[in-house]
Amino acid sequence: MAGKNTKASDEQLIYAKVLEKGMAAGLLGLFVTCGIYMSGMLDSTVPVQDIQKYWSMPVDDYMHATGIKRGWDWAGHLGRGDFLNFIPIAILAGITILSYIAIVPVLLRKNDKIYAVIAILEVIVLVVAASGILGSGGGH
Amino acid sequence: MKNKYRIWKKALPMAALTVMLLAASVQYAAAEDTQSSPAGTMQHEGEVMQHEGAVMQHEAATMQEAMTEETGSTMAWWMWPLILFGSTFFMGIAAVLAGVGGGVVFVPIVSGFFPFHIDFVRGAGLLVALAGAVAAGPGLLKKGMADLRLAIPIGLIASVAAIAGAQLGLLASKLNPGYIQVGLGLVILLIVAIMLKAKKSDFPDVPKSDRLSEVLAITGIYHDEASGKDIDWRIHRTPLGLSLFVIIGLMAGFFGLGAGWANVPVLNLLLGAPLKVSVATSKFLLSITDTSAAWIYINKGAVLPMIAVPSVLGIMLGSLVGVKILAKAKPAFIKWMVIGILLFAGGKALQKGLSLFGIL
Repeated sequence: MAGKNTKASDEQLIYAKVLEKGMAAGLLGLFVTCGIYMSGMLDSTVPVQDIQKYWSMPVDDYMHATGIKRGWDWAGHLGRGDFLNFIPIAILAGITILSYIAIVPVLLRKNDKIYAVIAILEVIVLVVAASGILGSGGGH
Repeated sequence: MKNKYRIWKKALPMAALTVMLLAASVQYAAAEDTQSSPAGTMQHEGEVMQHEGAVMQHEAATMQEAMTEETGSTMAWWMWPLILFGSTFFMGIAAVLAGVGGGVVFVPIVSGFFPFHIDFVRGAGLLVALAGAVAAGPGLLKKGMADLRLAIPIGLIASVAAIAGAQLGLLASKLNPGYIQVGLGLVILLIVAIMLKAKKSDFPDVPKSDRLSEVLAITGIYHDEASGKDIDWRIHRTPLGLSLFVIIGLMAGFFGLGAGWANVPVLNLLLGAPLKVSVATSKFLLSITDTSAAWIYINKGAVLPMIAVPSVLGIMLGSLVGVKILAKAKPAFIKWMVIGILLFAGGKALQKGLSLFGIL
């Protein structure tokens, strides 16, 4: 049987716990928002009947045709059936950031400065990626 | 339950008969109306209606053509997402049984056989791989199979590279999607070669950690349930291994593939981590690498919910079923089937890409 020395570290367990909660929220949310979207309960920015016109377009043409802007513009459309799905998508894509933030205090408490710095750098990288700064260049 | 089934069995034919009778009545009533007018006027009106009918038929045919041209499909809007959900469900099963990630199967197959633009397919592919990694990660971390200390430095390098890969990939697609298709085809064929040729080492011999892995304290012990032993492991060739993750991250972001096919050989064969630790850490690592690339695709508008959502749900449910039947299925057969599908999909991507350059 697994002895004490095979036990996962504190930061590993904390990371796993945070990730698990985010995973559950994201996947459950996806089921709910998918149902709302497909049923047409909420109006969509792109009506479901018209979606076929857009899904074979390059992304730039799609954004030009629909008027959707780059970056976090999708957050302004969350009342729409299609963009409502971005809530669980954002949870799934963002939970790693929260998991890293959760382990930084543990690493500092253990005086594991190298890994604390790497974790903080990772948070910065992921936040920059999520912020839309890199994705919004050249948008309309 | 049986009674409800019997009721439906009787109700459906009755409903169908009712509809047919209604339709026949409407037709009959329309015919009756026509016959009540004076014959001469009726004949003229009939000719006008015939002509108008022909015009409408022609317009309908033109609209049908335009719709086909515009959408590449005459199917109802929900058909393709439904087919996508079903396909990704089976992909999820096959991926588990064949021991590959969902992303590496998803992107080539969907880009090859569905009418979606490669930009949206890659966005969805990253979310598929990410969702799978986020789902599996907590369990693997808790069991100590995935190692956080091993993953963290690799994750930083790979996630930065994945951002660059995503930016480059979307730029290349703007110039000509053929670049992506040809590149994808070649990468898929490379993946098939790796699947066929790459050896695996359950417990690589690493006599001594190198300096970098000692400084980072990348070492561990995990309990191997198969042998009942506690396995003490360490890694070496760390600088070379970390630098390879730059290329892996770039490719993950560029093609929207999960990087498990590359992570595992590097972790296992180059760095010397035990196979189970390599597979588990690789799976968990995707949640870091693909997060950064996924956000680029999200913020550039390359995530279409109608494609991404059925794909993620299909693969997740398929993976759950795959895990359940893993014990009973013949993984070797499934693996050969997946290799065959990837070969076909890789060839299709190459052909599609070359045709976009006007070569084929």
